[in-house]
Amino acid sequence: MSLLTVDRLTVATPGGRPLVSDLSFELPAGGRLGVIGESGSGKSLTALAVLGLLPDGLRASGSIRLHPSGGAPAQVVGAPERELRRLRGRVATAVFQEPSTALDPLMRIGNQIGAAVRRTRGLRGTALRAATLSALADVGLDRRIARAYPHEVSGGQRQRAAIAAAVACRPALLIADEPTTALDVTVQAEVLALLDRLVADRGMALLFISHDLAVVSRIAERVLVLAQGSAVESGTVADVVTAPRHPVTRALLESARQLDAALEVSRP
Amino acid sequence: MILEAREIGFAYPRGRTVLDGVSVGVTAGRGVALVGESGAGKTTLLRILLGLLRPTSGEVRFDGEPLRLGDRALMRRFRRDAQTVFQDPYSSLDPRQRVARIVSEPLRSLGLDAAPERVAEALREVGLPEDVAGRYPHEFSGGQRQRIAIARAIVCRPRLLLADEPVSALDVTTRVRVVDLLAELRETRGLTVVMVTHDLAVAALLCQETVVLSAGRVVEQGDTAGVLGSPTQPYTRRLLASVPRLPAPHPAGAPVEPNSE
Repeated sequence: MSLLTVDRLTVATPGGRPLVSDLSFELPAGGRLGVIGESGSGKSLTALAVLGLLPDGLRASGSIRLHPSGGAPAQVVGAPERELRRLRGRVATAVFQEPSTALDPLMRIGNQIGAAVRRTRGLRGTALRAATLSALADVGLDRRIARAYPHEVSGGQRQRAAIAAAVACRPALLIADEPTTALDVTVQAEVLALLDRLVADRGMALLFISHDLAVVSRIAERVLVLAQGSAVESGTVADVVTAPRHPVTRALLESARQLDAALEVSRP
Repeated sequence: MILEAREIGFAYPRGRTVLDGVSVGVTAGRGVALVGESGAGKTTLLRILLGLLRPTSGEVRFDGEPLRLGDRALMRRFRRDAQTVFQDPYSSLDPRQRVARIVSEPLRSLGLDAAPERVAEALREVGLPEDVAGRYPHEFSGGQRQRIAIARAIVCRPRLLLADEPVSALDVTTRVRVVDLLAELRETRGLTVVMVTHDLAVAALLCQETVVLSAGRVVEQGDTAGVLGSPTQPYTRRLLASVPRLPAPHPAGAPVEPNSE
């Protein structure tokens, strides 16, 4: 039984125009799946749908089932907000591209991580404080960051803080939606290494969304290619980069290869 | 040298130093990439090269002459020769103007002939159909908008294009297409591209020379092939090593497992 089973998911506008159509995929506990596609391919909507966080007016149909080991299976599509709130954090959680939108600008970072831990794990007082500091240590942040406000730290540190808040809830599934797109390349490398380690250490499943095949190949074993809301191809990263079958994947790969080759040519 | 920054320093009043003793020269036909990470001072340097910002120390020379921001005749000549493209194709085009008016803006502000044929020609050169002239920016995708911004930049036939991360907001396939377009304009129009980018692959594709900036100073500069191919500085090496690379395909002949759904 997979941790996440998406079956014939469709997300449509109020006018009935489908933005994601008939999408099916599975993610086993501890598995890593990259979802790639260009702007407008529906990859972020898919991520939001899994968390029951679709923007107002958009309607999901089909099935999204989350089944954590040792827990009961839960259906996300059509679930009332009260039920979804029980799933978010405990079962599935997310980090997004822009960490400053995920963090409250008026709240110290330590308190934000603490609030997530308190809500999902019911810790209080000293235990809560210890869990918060250990969450910061887990993402390689100094304990002094707990006292800082989001604007006082760098973009990379903010993204680490957002990751700390997400994984401190000990979810079975971490959804990362372009988590390194806004970061510098050296910081991106650090954050990818961090995600890689956290997911491995805790046996979390990872749904990693990106437009960059090279980034996805760094962290995921399998990849799902979306175009205009539909899955066009899926397979292991190695197979897809070796023998892409769909024209969309081929075009994506060809562009990525062109950029990649530019770095190679200049080497003596 | 068309454009030259000599010993440029820049600091905000009572603020930290953004640039410190930066010298960069642009020769005709040799594109320059300004690379580095956030906060390195790349954009500030570009704005100084564009005459949009006055350096705290040092000077910018245009065709060997100091760029005096108050000299209207000189600045008009400079504006005609050095145009710009910005990163965000959503905020850099006025949403209330039709494409024809947006693209012809440099002609009008420079007092040049703003005949519709010149706009049509610029649009054709960036690969857009002529009928886009009557439409509004919101009707276009990011890549198409960036093409409109490039049409606006080349409409007055400048020698220099100074661009700030012109392709970083674009998807990878669109990015490659716009890079190809800039490379083509370099060939057909003899346009020299000076570009701020954090993407080393884009720098390698478009510019013969690369300047690596870190914390407001030049770390390394020279031929792109040399700087990116055999960097001498640890910072440049670290930057290169951080770029995520595509995995190599399976060796030819090796069995490919069938993709499963």
